[in-house]
Amino acid sequence: MINLTIRQMAGLLAEKSISVQELNGVFYDRCRAHNASTNALITLNDELNAAEILHAQQAIDVGNHWLAGIPLVHKDLFCTQGIKTTCGSNMLANFISPYNATVVDRLGQAGMVSLGKANMDEFAMGSSNEHSAFGPVGNPWDLTRVPGGSSGGSAAAVAARMVPVATGSDTGGSIRQPAALCGITGIKPSYGRVSRYGMVAFASSLDQAGVMAVSADDCALVLSAMSGHDPLDSTSAHASTWAWEKPQDTELKDLKVGVTRAWIDALEDPDIKQRTWQAIEQLQDQGAQIIDIELPHADLAVSAYYVLAPAECSSNLSRFDGVRFGHQAEGVNDLESLYRQSRTEGFGEEVKKRIMIGAWALSSGYYDAYYLQAQKVRRLISNDFKQAFAQVDVIACPVSPETAFEHGAKADGVSMYQADQFTLPASLAGLPCLSMPIGFSQGQNGRLPIGLQLVGRYFDEQTILSVADKYQQTTDHHLQLPEAFQ
Amino acid sequence: MKQDWEMVIGLEIHVRLDTESKLFSGMKASYGSSPNSQVSFLDAGLPGTLPVINQKALEYAIRFGLSVDATIPPVTIFARKNYFYPDLPKGYQISQMDHPIVGKGHLMIQTDAGEKRIDITRAHLEEDAGKSIHDKYDQYSAIDLNRAGTPLIEVVSEPQMSNAKEAVAFMREIYTRVTHLGICDGNLQEGSFRCDANVSVRPKGQTTLGTRAEIKNLNSFRFIEKAINHEAKRQIKRLEAGEKVVQETRLYDADKDQTRSMRSKEDANDYRYFPDPDQLPITISAAMIEAQKAHLPEFPASKIKRYTTELGIKADDATIIANDIAMVKFFEYSLAHSKAAPDLNAKFLLGEFSALLNAHSQSIDNSQIDADAYSGLLDELQAGTVSRKVAKQILDDMWASGKSAAQIIDEQDLGQISDSSALTALIDELINDHPEQVASYRSGNDKMFNFFVGQIMKKTKGQANPVQTKQLLEDKLNNE
Repeated sequence: MINLTIRQMAGLLAEKSISVQELNGVFYDRCRAHNASTNALITLNDELNAAEILHAQQAIDVGNHWLAGIPLVHKDLFCTQGIKTTCGSNMLANFISPYNATVVDRLGQAGMVSLGKANMDEFAMGSSNEHSAFGPVGNPWDLTRVPGGSSGGSAAAVAARMVPVATGSDTGGSIRQPAALCGITGIKPSYGRVSRYGMVAFASSLDQAGVMAVSADDCALVLSAMSGHDPLDSTSAHASTWAWEKPQDTELKDLKVGVTRAWIDALEDPDIKQRTWQAIEQLQDQGAQIIDIELPHADLAVSAYYVLAPAECSSNLSRFDGVRFGHQAEGVNDLESLYRQSRTEGFGEEVKKRIMIGAWALSSGYYDAYYLQAQKVRRLISNDFKQAFAQVDVIACPVSPETAFEHGAKADGVSMYQADQFTLPASLAGLPCLSMPIGFSQGQNGRLPIGLQLVGRYFDEQTILSVADKYQQTTDHHLQLPEAFQ
Repeated sequence: MKQDWEMVIGLEIHVRLDTESKLFSGMKASYGSSPNSQVSFLDAGLPGTLPVINQKALEYAIRFGLSVDATIPPVTIFARKNYFYPDLPKGYQISQMDHPIVGKGHLMIQTDAGEKRIDITRAHLEEDAGKSIHDKYDQYSAIDLNRAGTPLIEVVSEPQMSNAKEAVAFMREIYTRVTHLGICDGNLQEGSFRCDANVSVRPKGQTTLGTRAEIKNLNSFRFIEKAINHEAKRQIKRLEAGEKVVQETRLYDADKDQTRSMRSKEDANDYRYFPDPDQLPITISAAMIEAQKAHLPEFPASKIKRYTTELGIKADDATIIANDIAMVKFFEYSLAHSKAAPDLNAKFLLGEFSALLNAHSQSIDNSQIDADAYSGLLDELQAGTVSRKVAKQILDDMWASGKSAAQIIDEQDLGQISDSSALTALIDELINDHPEQVASYRSGNDKMFNFFVGQIMKKTKGQANPVQTKQLLEDKLNNE
């Protein structure tokens, strides 16, 4: 039951082999059983939401929608009316939003049932989920290791099959990297595909909501329901409504797959290198033509991203000032102390570091040298992709240079930033990209999942999801379960 | 000594746009509601909220740009101005920096030395902050966010005004435009139109600019003139004493007629402007600009021309009416809705009617007598039913009772006596009763004629038609 795809579960629900209540009960019980060990959820609802269950059952009874009755959790930066939205921060530890994010509303309307809110790096800043005020998350494949981040709770919850689906958000890799490290499938759609309304902002020009699930088909079904123009978000595109067309076969004939050979050759982990080439060969075996491409400015992505994202975050997080909502320091006597003390107590170290970097990059005298320069680099990287996509339909490349590392192994922030090197270029270009499981490491670190990244043309989610779906039709890496969670 | 100095003044004028809703939140933007009753989730800066531009505000800003012959760039971009203050819930104000909605423009002002061109550097859209109230509670400041997010345009002039009068003239020109365009309610008291003045002085003939001080938040034409003059004097005094002018922001205290320092340049915030990543650049199409041209009203200069040449109104009267949008609306309504001659209308409006408003200390848009009722009275005046003198009394009565002119005339029997047989009878009686005066007149004492007119008016309590009375009197007295 727990290792089924959405279509399989929807089939059981439709033929009444199982009720919405029963299906959700199974996953809810798993959440209760496994949250202590994984810490994947910040909030697990006290009980199943009866209204959502009823709504879903009614939708199924009248023959509606694939998603009705499918349980999920939302990353804890999607605002949920009446349920805490903490963003993994002490600043919002008790914050309850008076409204729902558009993503939450749309999936609710589709009949999905929300079981709780997933752990995350504070305000989505981090790649290990160690920067959460609610504690680190254990990777279900090895609980002593990180699940990746920032959507680490979402990834771990799906990997442990506490839920079949979770929402995530991806600013510089926050869906793809934890998906890779946890052995699940995760898609960051094109910038503008999904509304950001009600998703607490980290870096507005990069943030995109996406889906983390067992398979590409699952991701695609949920993404179809999430996408579409939202009049409440000026950056959501007008033609963003999208409906997934599942491929009928596994042929990749006529598909040109671009490969950044230099990136793969430079990988230090032999397992990742070997699995990556193996996956590319598999695509070739299915009929794809493999073409070497170059993204000459992509090696500047880390530098540019760690100026632009902090710059935007320094401004986006100004509203957390202890005056109207969120943590408010006690025992202060003047306004400046209220600001200073509330923010000192409310924010964690990583968030403070990025606010400082960002404020500095925007300040008078440094703006041109940092912010503006980074914007130019961003444009160059976009152009690199445009040129590459004149030759190929999809780009295949690594997600992360490493498998899941142990908690506390990376005290050095910069090396953590550098590990984002493969996910940042597509983020800066606003392109759709996904991570899919392609096998496991076998070395001294044990059996740990490895992912492959597929990047598509702007607004062409269909192609990368089709490639992933066809790959998954012929492989079973995505269906593997960690031993402790079978 | 003072002749040696010259002032250089540049203005930044904040115009609150009279849109139904706020600049980015869709919340109502009306003034004077109970505190924090017009606050959306975005206005309160709640996490996850996003700005969506109010199209009307874009259109209004474009109309303003067209009214000052400004270029409207094809792309406009919003930027964030970052600073912390409790009445700024997001921690930044959404404004514009490098790509304002309105580019370079200009207008002409009237000065003692004739017409002068003042260039407009730019005008940009921005949201207003909320209001901090410091005097309501002992230990706390209160915040009212009703105003937070209401749309403003900030009009920036070149530093081309050389005295306070020119600055006031510029401000009035802008005021006239935005009120005629209908994009601003023009309410100075409520802060719908306020101004910061950058003032510096330099020895006459010097081409480089002196160090400037910025005087903040001037919201009356009278204060701005006084504040600028005061500030220039202060600067001259310092320079003549061998001291330097410090670049700083100053506040004008109208009660004391002085400016005082608010913050120096060193204390100034680094606002860390950058393009608002929550909004994409906005394309302003040629079609959009063209569509706004249709909304441009007739401005005072052409109104004055039309009033004088086509309607035969005196130039002075035409100028007074044309410069005041409320008066224009009232006047043009009555032109369309009464049969009165335009010049009579103008004279009565600026004479008796304005006197009545002054007596009640009311502006024309708060008049107890609306343009429709006024038009009714004008018709009675034009038809000769009442004299201007009686019309003045009727105005008082209309103001107090809310009744129409016709109703008052009917109830109080105030109609002019234009019945010639009734007037002839009165005149015959008068001639019979005053043989000596008749003889005096007929022997050449022309002044005596007024005695007879006066007597008739007295007998009729002023209701005799004066023209007719004179005609009949002349006939009777000269023909016997």
